[in-house]
Amino acid sequence: MIRTILIWGALVLACALPIVLAAQSPLLAWRQPIYIAAGFAGIIAMALLLAQPLLAAGHLPGLYPRTARRIHALVGLTLLLLIAAHVGGLWITSPPDVVDALLFRSPTPFSIWGVIAMWAVMVTALLARFHRRVPHWPIAHRGLALIIVAGSISHALLIEGTMEPISKFALCALAGLATLNAVLNRPGR
Amino acid sequence: MLTRRTLIATTSASLLTLPARAAGLAPTPTMRGGANNYRPGAPIVDRIGGGGFLMTGTVRRAGDGVPLENIRIQIWAHTTEGHERDQRSHGATLTRADGTFQMDMPQIVPAFGQAHCHLAHDDDGPFQTVFLRPVMSRSSDTTLHADFVLQPV
Repeated sequence: MIRTILIWGALVLACALPIVLAAQSPLLAWRQPIYIAAGFAGIIAMALLLAQPLLAAGHLPGLYPRTARRIHALVGLTLLLLIAAHVGGLWITSPPDVVDALLFRSPTPFSIWGVIAMWAVMVTALLARFHRRVPHWPIAHRGLALIIVAGSISHALLIEGTMEPISKFALCALAGLATLNAVLNRPGR
Repeated sequence: MLTRRTLIATTSASLLTLPARAAGLAPTPTMRGGANNYRPGAPIVDRIGGGGFLMTGTVRRAGDGVPLENIRIQIWAHTTEGHERDQRSHGATLTRADGTFQMDMPQIVPAFGQAHCHLAHDDDGPFQTVFLRPVMSRSSDTTLHADFVLQPV
């Protein structure tokens, strides 16, 4: 019981702290609400990338494997919505910057990683919908998960002005480790 | 205000403008994303908003590197006073006889992941249009420098 509370508490803290610290940023005073919302959609999505591999690998106590898988699918759907809010909000804020990013001609290297991760999430969601008919789905899903998380980490780390740097680095490290653990340690499923 | 950065910039600019040293000077290409949120025809102003941040630069002619006077440079950025798209974030200035220009503008703050400024040489004069998008090495900086080498039309 104590172990369950500690693990869930640590997860909530690891996900919530970067969001809370980002909300303290002085830069928010000089940003429009839609731009701020777009940024936080990205931060929340980044935090969910820590929960996803833990759910997939069954590391979260107190959940039946079926429940964990169902939550994993729901979180995946939430990621789709958050990406839509992120890209949509940025597009409203500055259309040419988002068009450049989507066309891979942006001057900022991080947008390339973000767009790659976005497409990987969309492909994953599509394949997951029909996963019983997808050949080698477990391997495909692992490969896509690596692209999503590696892309998102590169995206977040290179951006200045949205997240607090130390909590951003910690969240990225945890999400990366959790993903590697889930991808490498569960062969055959 | 003479900081180490402006001293280096001005010294190197004046060295480069010696015709013998600058033969074959290549024109500055437009940077990726340089024209984003450009609003044509911003007025020539003494400063943008309340000022406090100094944008400096030089304008020279491609080939011989001669400093160009009275060249229009338009400047815009995401600052403490407005977004790039806001009309009040845009202003233009003209180069002096030595080809230098400067604009007092509000502090640039990081937006879309980088603290950066946009500059355009955008009139219908004898030189081709160029858009620049320099990035600040530190977002706490209070100055930024950009050099134009313009290609005759």
